[in-house]
Amino acid sequence: MTTDTVISVSDLDLFYGAFHALKGVTVNVKKQQITALIGPSGCGKSTLLRTLNRMNDLIPGVKVTGSILLDGKNIYAAGNDVCALRKRVGMVFQRPNPFPLSIYDNVAFGLRVAGMTNRQQIESIVERSMKSAWLWDQLKGKLNEPALSLPLDQQQRLCVARLLAVEPDVILMDEPCSALDPIATARIEELMLELKKAYTIMIVTHNMQQAARISDFSGYMLLGEMIEFDQTARIFTTPQDTRTQDYISGRYG
Amino acid sequence: MERHFDEQLQELKNHLMKMSAMAEIMIADAVKTVVERDADAVSPVYEREEIVNQMEMEIDETCLKLIALHQPTACDLRFLMGAVKTNAELERLADEAVNIVQKASHLLGMPQLKPFEIIPEMATIARGMVRDSLRAFVNRNVTLARDVLKRDDRLDALKSQIAIILTDFMKTETASIPSAIDLLFISRYLERIGDHATNISEITIFVVEGIDIRHHADEKRSLQRPFAAAE
Repeated sequence: MTTDTVISVSDLDLFYGAFHALKGVTVNVKKQQITALIGPSGCGKSTLLRTLNRMNDLIPGVKVTGSILLDGKNIYAAGNDVCALRKRVGMVFQRPNPFPLSIYDNVAFGLRVAGMTNRQQIESIVERSMKSAWLWDQLKGKLNEPALSLPLDQQQRLCVARLLAVEPDVILMDEPCSALDPIATARIEELMLELKKAYTIMIVTHNMQQAARISDFSGYMLLGEMIEFDQTARIFTTPQDTRTQDYISGRYG
Repeated sequence: MERHFDEQLQELKNHLMKMSAMAEIMIADAVKTVVERDADAVSPVYEREEIVNQMEMEIDETCLKLIALHQPTACDLRFLMGAVKTNAELERLADEAVNIVQKASHLLGMPQLKPFEIIPEMATIARGMVRDSLRAFVNRNVTLARDVLKRDDRLDALKSQIAIILTDFMKTETASIPSAIDLLFISRYLERIGDHATNISEITIFVVEGIDIRHHADEKRSLQRPFAAAE
């Protein structure tokens, strides 16, 4: 594992009961880079993403073998604090999922859960997080309005701001633009490119053009296997595996 | 899965083949003017040049549309980029046929020089290279593309050979210098046709294998890349 690797996945197998969902996956996620996972539905890309902050633990009958190191430490080691892990490795979902609270309370939520009580400190972090998610200028005058009244792309960026407030190292995004129109998608993509200056991002996307536009590394998954993982420019110009080529050029199926 | 896109790519290949066939006839006619002193072969070369120019613009437009509308990746992207470049190579090698016919027209007004069977030999090799480089491109045949690359050495050698013969000739037959210079140019144009076919073959290898072999780039990977800082 090189020093610029944040997450190192080795020989990862995951079973949902008898179903073998991930098969011997090995991949290194580089620091302050965007890594995209592509592949047909059911190939295991969301499952892989969800293992990185142990979201799959919530599903009964899941068995995981192999190792996932976050900064060199196994996140599946016994006695690990899963809440602390999810604070360091946050997730943005397909549908924006703000809490039915005010805009302000959404962003402050994680801080309060973590026990922060200093109002000034919370205010300053909310402002900083909303600025990072490009929401502050538009919303600073209506922080007490319900988050659910916002348009979808602002809701999605609010979810990003909520995540940034707890200062994660890694941001996982599971098809974060699939509910958004092209303009809103472009805003999220620009935001991701800005965020990668400070954060490591991993994204699952069905939109191959999106992976090509914004990611530095791409992995093509099929039937639970990582078929090919390489620099995005290489995956989209000279993929080494014909299965990757067939998928990205639309011949798959 | 069959793609409608593949039909459009096939149509593009057919157009490139037609353009190549047209260029080949131009080379044949141009050399016929030189060797057989056939003045009737001159004007068809100019007429075909017009058609080749039109074809070049149409093929460029087709490629532009296919790239914009289908946003191709991987082998499709490499193919379309290769098609744009091959299109330009074909147009330029057709221009060389025009250059030949211009010199040949000039030669028609002068007494014929004798010992130049090398010119038809060069023409045969150059035409074969053009035909096979295009076949290799449309059929993704890298073996044939590499064979074309080898033939370029023979063409270069013949050009050097004719240069020596003509230089010697000019020393003794000073009255024939203008004709000899024209022939020297013609050999140069034929050699350049071979260079264009060589470029098409290199493009083919890139399209099929994703390897850039131009300027021995594959052997110079470790050297500094001038634009690396901008990437």
